[in-house]
Amino acid sequence: MNKEPGMTVIVKTVTRLTVGIILMYGIYIVMHGHLSPGGGFAGGVIIALSFVHLMLAYGKEVAFKKLSMPVASVLESMGAILFISVAFLGLVGGYFFFHTLGKGEPFSLLSAYMVLFSNIAISLKVGCGLFLVLITIALAGKEIKK
Amino acid sequence: MSGINYTMIPLFVALPLTVSFLIMLLGNRVRWISDMLCTVVALALCLLSFYAVGVASGSGPLVYRMGGWLPPAGICLVLDSLSVFMLVIVNVITLIVTIYAINYMEQYTAKSKFYALFLLMLAGMNGVIVTGDMFNLFVFLEIGSIASYGLVAFGTEEEELEASFKYMIMGSIAGLFILLGIGLLYSYTSTLNMADMALVVSEKSGSKLIGFVSVLFLVGFGLKGALFPFHWWLPDAHPSAPAPISAMLSGLLIKALGVYALIRVFFSVLGATAFLPVAMVLGTMSMVIGVFLAVGQWDFKRLLAYHSISQVGYIMLGIGLGTPLGILGGLFHLFNHSMFKSLLFLNSGAVDYATGSRNLKELGGLRERMPVSASTSMVASMSIAGLPPFNGFWSKLIIIIACVDAGHPVYAAWAVVASIMTLASFMKVQKYVFFGELKEKFNAIKEVPFAMQFSMVFLAAICFLGGLLLVPAVSGDFLQSAADTVANGTEYAKMVFQSLQ
Amino acid sequence: MTYFLCMIIFAIGLYAVVAKRNMIKIIIGIMVMEYALNMLFVLFGYRQGGRSPILEKAQTITNIVDPLPQALILTAIVIGLATTALMVALAVRIYEKYGTFDITKIRKLRG
Repeated sequence: MNKEPGMTVIVKTVTRLTVGIILMYGIYIVMHGHLSPGGGFAGGVIIALSFVHLMLAYGKEVAFKKLSMPVASVLESMGAILFISVAFLGLVGGYFFFHTLGKGEPFSLLSAYMVLFSNIAISLKVGCGLFLVLITIALAGKEIKK
Repeated sequence: MSGINYTMIPLFVALPLTVSFLIMLLGNRVRWISDMLCTVVALALCLLSFYAVGVASGSGPLVYRMGGWLPPAGICLVLDSLSVFMLVIVNVITLIVTIYAINYMEQYTAKSKFYALFLLMLAGMNGVIVTGDMFNLFVFLEIGSIASYGLVAFGTEEEELEASFKYMIMGSIAGLFILLGIGLLYSYTSTLNMADMALVVSEKSGSKLIGFVSVLFLVGFGLKGALFPFHWWLPDAHPSAPAPISAMLSGLLIKALGVYALIRVFFSVLGATAFLPVAMVLGTMSMVIGVFLAVGQWDFKRLLAYHSISQVGYIMLGIGLGTPLGILGGLFHLFNHSMFKSLLFLNSGAVDYATGSRNLKELGGLRERMPVSASTSMVASMSIAGLPPFNGFWSKLIIIIACVDAGHPVYAAWAVVASIMTLASFMKVQKYVFFGELKEKFNAIKEVPFAMQFSMVFLAAICFLGGLLLVPAVSGDFLQSAADTVANGTEYAKMVFQSLQ
Repeated sequence: MTYFLCMIIFAIGLYAVVAKRNMIKIIIGIMVMEYALNMLFVLFGYRQGGRSPILEKAQTITNIVDPLPQALILTAIVIGLATTALMVALAVRIYEKYGTFDITKIRKLRG
């Protein structure tokens, strides 16, 4: 009925309400990776799914406006490089991956800095990577139908 | 416990990984940067691996504690003489192939993606070689394999996609078998560190589980290394890749992921001598069947791929003998095969680059037009067929002598038969490709660009001089100490723990 | 006993890979094998009445299940994700070229 791409108004409204919460939840999981279950990978998947959610409801143009494929690709590589830099930072303390940045206070959010940074890097890598994978497969499928 | 000698070990994995992602980041924006970065990294790793030879021959194995955690709780990287031996092979071939790829890959689009996957594969192989942890072995194995699936499908034509899919199914199943084996071993020994595992396994002797795990590993690594009953994906997958990748896959990947991992797990960790006769039988069968299938092929690269199966059979026969001489011959043949098979694949790539065809029936008389490719492929053919004084002759000779020495003249006879068949099939290659009448449509072809010529000549020189590796005055104990490491078996564990103290 | 259940699931996956002709079903077979292994690993670390290995404030670590297999499984899942994604992408590309998912009809390669 509606000419715009994407699903019905109900789905769009619900998506508009939930997508931010899903993204926040993903970021929460990433930031608390050193305190509770979860971490970079799980959080990254949730972050990617929030963008995929947007794409499903509104069509790919809206999703690309938030996170376009070149940007996602750059962020993915940046995540990987950031992770390896964290590992190289350990060489300051004498070992690869050595815990150089101090441990912080246990059970507080800003503690175990190496783990925190690794989690952020992994979430960038996984989030953008999974988003790109799903987009690529979905777009390849569309080309066949045409 | 720090200093360059130790810090170098993780660099073998970390450097290609970093640069791979850098190329992904920058490769699309700056055209020349991916060529340059990849060559620089390959050169640096090659020099590092030569440096590692000197370091490892001095003392026992070097053990690097990742993150400063002490094994067996922490993950460690181990650099012993066998690892160094493999590292030198891998990184030398990688350097040569990278130089070759600078010109060759101009035919394809998305060259930067090629380099990124290429370095990822290199990181996987180096990781498998230096790791001292069972689960890390699996992880690096999968990194290397996944990158290679992508590279096989790089041309995205029908045949390439099909070959890649087949290869990927087989590779995934192999990976799962290996994972199952690792899981069972973990539940049995409660440790993942290879050295620690070896100690526990040798203490708790006589369990049936070890036999089951051995079978799982034999299937898994046999699939990755294309041993006889599991060989049939290889002739599809290896020819489909671009020529530099075929050279990497046939020359290195099946050895690093298949043969090396098999040797490391069976000799150093499980200490399972019961598998040796099986390895001999499988090796002999792949040797003979591979070469018989190869003779009938008319596709240049497919013929070479069947020869890879056959030559891996030689290596397994040598290793499977279990005597020091046999192991020496097997490892030496592993080195030689990497050199001449990479060279042959680069030759076939050069022919493909110049003429656009790799069907033996269509080619002919290229000797006049492409003198460098023709003469280097002559060297490689004689080397693989085992004619003196090229390197293939010496290693085959050692394997055959070792067979007779150990009281297996039948295996020795089969090795001779396979060698004669190899000679026959390479005479066919030489006759149809480089000798004979020059076809009219090929009158305009030219010799390939300089970088490709350079890498082929370099490998041909190694093939010619490779036999010198046997002379201790030239190579030191480079080869001998690697063979000793294998022959010593589970001494590995003691040496690792000694060097930790 | 439960170990054998995992082995049976693993064998079912292997059967799907070997016997089925549809590429998607083969991919599903590989995934089934993978999840059977994941379950097996978690069972290796299980302890009767054990609790999850998470350290929280003012808690002593007693009677926890072995966390190492869980860490291994997390890695194996990531690897499985990469393999599956690549396999599905390849299957889509093959469908584009051949117009079929039937592997018996996808035979451009000799032998």
